[in-house]
Amino acid sequence: MFLINCPFCGEREQSEFKAGGEAHIVRPKQPTELSDDEWAEYLFMRKNIKGVQFERWNHVHGCRKWFNMVRDTSNDQIKAVYKMGEKPPVK
Amino acid sequence: MSNNLRFKTSKFIDETYRVSFKFNNKTYFGFKGDTLASALLANGIHLVGRSFKYHRPRGIMTSGSEEPNAIIQLHDNSSRTEPNVRATEVEIYEGLVASSQNCWPSVNFDIGGINNLLSPILPAGFYYKTFMWPASFWEKYEYFIRKSAGLGKSPKVADPDIYEHKYIHCDVLVIGAGISGIMAAKMAAKNGFKTLLVDEKSYLGGSSIYDNSEFSKINNQITSSWLEKEINEISKLENLEIKIRTSVAAFHGYNFLLARENLTDHLPINQRENKVRQRLLKIRAKKVITATGSIERPLIFHNNDRPGIMLSSAIKRYIDLYGVACGENNILFTNNDTAYETAMSLIQRGIKINAIIDNREQIDSKISYEVEKNNIKIYKGYTVVDTYGYRRINKISIMKLSKDGQTVIGDKTKLNCDCLGVSGGWTPAVHLFTQSGGKLKFREEDQVFIPNVYPSDQISIGSCNGDFGLEEIIKNTLSSIKKFLDIDNSEYKTVETISGLNQSKRNIWLLPSDKSIGKTKSFVDYQNDATAKDIKLALREGFRSIEHVKRYTTTGMGTDQGKLGNMHALGIISETAGTKMGEHGTTTFRPPYTPLTFGTIVGRNVGEFFDIFRRTPIHDWHVANNAEFENVGQWKRAWYYPKDNENMHQAVQRESKAARDSAGILDASTLGKIDIQGTDASEFLNRVYTNAWSKLAIGKCRYGLMLNEDGMVYDDGVTTRLGENHYIMTTTTGGAANVLGKLEDYLQTEWPELDVYLSSVTDHFATISVCGPNSKKIVSKVVPDLDLSDEKFPHMSFKNSKIDNIKCRIMRISFTGEHSYEINIQANFGKSVWEKCMEAGKDFNITPYGTETMHLLRAEKGFIIVGQDTDATLTPIDLQMDWIVSKKKYDFIGKRSLYRSDTIREDRKQLVGLLTENPEEVLEEGAQIVADIKKSPIEMLGHVTSSYYSPNLKKSIALGVVKGGKNMLGQKLIIPMENKNINVTVADPVFLDKEGERLNAKL
Ligand SMILES: [Zn+2]
Repeated sequence: MFLINCPFCGEREQSEFKAGGEAHIVRPKQPTELSDDEWAEYLFMRKNIKGVQFERWNHVHGCRKWFNMVRDTSNDQIKAVYKMGEKPPVK
Repeated sequence: MSNNLRFKTSKFIDETYRVSFKFNNKTYFGFKGDTLASALLANGIHLVGRSFKYHRPRGIMTSGSEEPNAIIQLHDNSSRTEPNVRATEVEIYEGLVASSQNCWPSVNFDIGGINNLLSPILPAGFYYKTFMWPASFWEKYEYFIRKSAGLGKSPKVADPDIYEHKYIHCDVLVIGAGISGIMAAKMAAKNGFKTLLVDEKSYLGGSSIYDNSEFSKINNQITSSWLEKEINEISKLENLEIKIRTSVAAFHGYNFLLARENLTDHLPINQRENKVRQRLLKIRAKKVITATGSIERPLIFHNNDRPGIMLSSAIKRYIDLYGVACGENNILFTNNDTAYETAMSLIQRGIKINAIIDNREQIDSKISYEVEKNNIKIYKGYTVVDTYGYRRINKISIMKLSKDGQTVIGDKTKLNCDCLGVSGGWTPAVHLFTQSGGKLKFREEDQVFIPNVYPSDQISIGSCNGDFGLEEIIKNTLSSIKKFLDIDNSEYKTVETISGLNQSKRNIWLLPSDKSIGKTKSFVDYQNDATAKDIKLALREGFRSIEHVKRYTTTGMGTDQGKLGNMHALGIISETAGTKMGEHGTTTFRPPYTPLTFGTIVGRNVGEFFDIFRRTPIHDWHVANNAEFENVGQWKRAWYYPKDNENMHQAVQRESKAARDSAGILDASTLGKIDIQGTDASEFLNRVYTNAWSKLAIGKCRYGLMLNEDGMVYDDGVTTRLGENHYIMTTTTGGAANVLGKLEDYLQTEWPELDVYLSSVTDHFATISVCGPNSKKIVSKVVPDLDLSDEKFPHMSFKNSKIDNIKCRIMRISFTGEHSYEINIQANFGKSVWEKCMEAGKDFNITPYGTETMHLLRAEKGFIIVGQDTDATLTPIDLQMDWIVSKKKYDFIGKRSLYRSDTIREDRKQLVGLLTENPEEVLEEGAQIVADIKKSPIEMLGHVTSSYYSPNLKKSIALGVVKGGKNMLGQKLIIPMENKNINVTVADPVFLDKEGERLNAKL
């Protein structure tokens, strides 16, 4: 079980959090302008990387804030956590 | 017989405390401090079970958690009965009752033993190969297999014991209190680290605590004496918590570990009352020091499984710790020096050793010379080729090994014995390390896997790290702990060690015999009867991966999880396949290291605490008024209120009739309520609901439908505008938490520019819904200050008011199609206001109704229930709710998906009403809907989602989803059931009062 450093609350047990899928997928500003394929790309297509992955997490049983996490899925090392809207601190 | 097996020289056994216990229905005696295994051995009993496949007699093999054979059923026929318990781990107490497992009718006469004779036709994969076909034979096989197989019985009644969970946070966790664990714990605690030391045994010190040999000394003291002083010292340290009888079951990432602490299992049953039996410790440690020691390897030779064949180290433990001799005519069989320590322990007590068989040609250690001095014959360069004796070993035959160790040469010599101690060297217990994600490396010199790459802040020390000699253990423990904890003071000045052993070893994974391999039974996995021959067969049949070989031969799949035989299996594979050890990796060690009881896993979460449930503020009234409850998410909701001897159907018919004829009252407190505030609140609602919200006037209510981004209906509910920048949203009971989560997600991640704040207020308000033609009269009595006239308080509007000076919010909204009011009041006044309504409605036959009637009433009106009539595959268009989807709004969640090529298909499943040909026939929810039953396969068009008998319409009504249903009005369809086909007609989903006359009636 991870120990996650919520950017707002500090270190907490993983059981307080909920994973929210791939990070940095921006909702299109003008969905109506998009073709079916373009919309489907936004709607359905997600990466599932073995290695360093950018993820959204929610401190659902804590401050309720969403934030981003950089995690190496091959060994579960959390490389960084950072607030929504911030640039990833690691590559 | 038993008298001369007990040597009263052990300080761990309390000879003044005699304990009687029952094994296989016979009473025996042992002493306090004994394990079941040591007590049985003291009584001369080795044979304790049968192997799984061949039902061969098996004896106690080890003295610890690696035991493969002595698997017993504890507490026969009682509520505490427990299968798969290792006799080597059970501390005896007065009144203990245990029996052998996997033998029928008895351990001495076992009918399944016939499998042993059949073994030439029971090779690896036999069950896979044979019982797969012909399929019709399975029933016959099954009878035979089930009768003779089986690993114990589970209890048939509830567990009477108490269990609990506990979180522990520490700076340093030390697993294993052997010599290196004790040293590490002292260094950590004395240097200011909050330290926890755990050990699975009932005593501290590991195997060194009974090491009384002159051949291993620390600072010129016998090892056990030196260690006792150390233990004495650390037990006084404030910074150190010590837990015995505590075994770490799992080592997860981020130094999160699960351990089981046994608190009462060693006590007589009558002393366990009201005590916690076992505790699951959830440990989060900043640093972990693994000092789990090593497990002695057996040797793999023909007939190596007879009762009386044991690990050499186990024989030593039984004599040194429990004062129990495992045999009176012993032979030791080894490939390394540790068996000579066992020999010295036996010699010290005058127990006879007939011979030592050593694979090595050259033996050069002080301890071996000392053994030889005692006139014990050592057969150097020899191996055991066969053993004899059915229920107990009585003889072995030995031969000389060839130079390469692959064959035997010369004459065969037979030697008598009643106990054979075997030692194949040591395997570091790296199970926990690998569970944590650690990577191993293979050390060629002594053929062991040792820790290599640590995934977290942890270290392995002592023999689990591959340090086997006393000097090495102490030296490396000191230096690596100093480095690991980054401390200058090790707390130890100089530690001088003397050891009479050297580390030489002649490793032969599969020892040769004079018989051909096909004729041998050299067991690699004792419990599952997997032999070297089986592994070789698997390789011949093309299996290469260790994981495949494991499953095919069932090697390492018993309750001992391959603790003994795994390395040999790997060795035999690589020898046979001609590959290098280490290339195959090892099989995965999965948690738990030793089995956990279900009780420990669930802790206190049993019975009414199994899951959390939520009660409304009016709950007690429902209970007092005979309500039946249903679970909705975590909520307990009143389902219906049976009167006299009514069944559910009768109660629901009465309740729903009363609600339409006069007045009904519903506890709607479970509906999710989200308070929405901020200058952009209206814009926010515009984006999350399908319909338009900007023009909703203050004091007005509106029904909203929420979609997922994929266009599918997600939730619905009425939202009320309380002020310019203030709304209250209601959600479905089950969807409340998810809706709040979803809204927060969009606010925080997609639209952070919006000035909107969300707060869940579900628990803050009680919600009472009063409906029916007399609702107005009733509510006017409860809220006399409020003008309920249609002009002042029309449908879909809201008013602040007071009941007995307590502020409340009243909405005129309806989920039944009747004139109705929803009273929202501070939760703690909920029950009294409910009672007030009941009192006010007395003259109008006000009838409390539950969720079942609520569902019926809304179905009459064709209102959907999200989650019952929808299942995340239906768009609002599919639900014939086009009216609620704004055409004008540029965007809202899910809008773009409503015209994807898939969502605009005409033949999507669409919501329709269904009327049965026979109005008395009520359809089954979930039943399939078809059109043509003659065509095969029958095309499934959809299914029934809601179905009731409507007392108000006096006929059966149903909602369902049907492919292209929107254009099928009036069409006949069929619901095929088990015994009949039911004819239905597609209808409008609104069955009652389509024009809304009841809602708008002047009251
Ligand atoms: Zn937080």
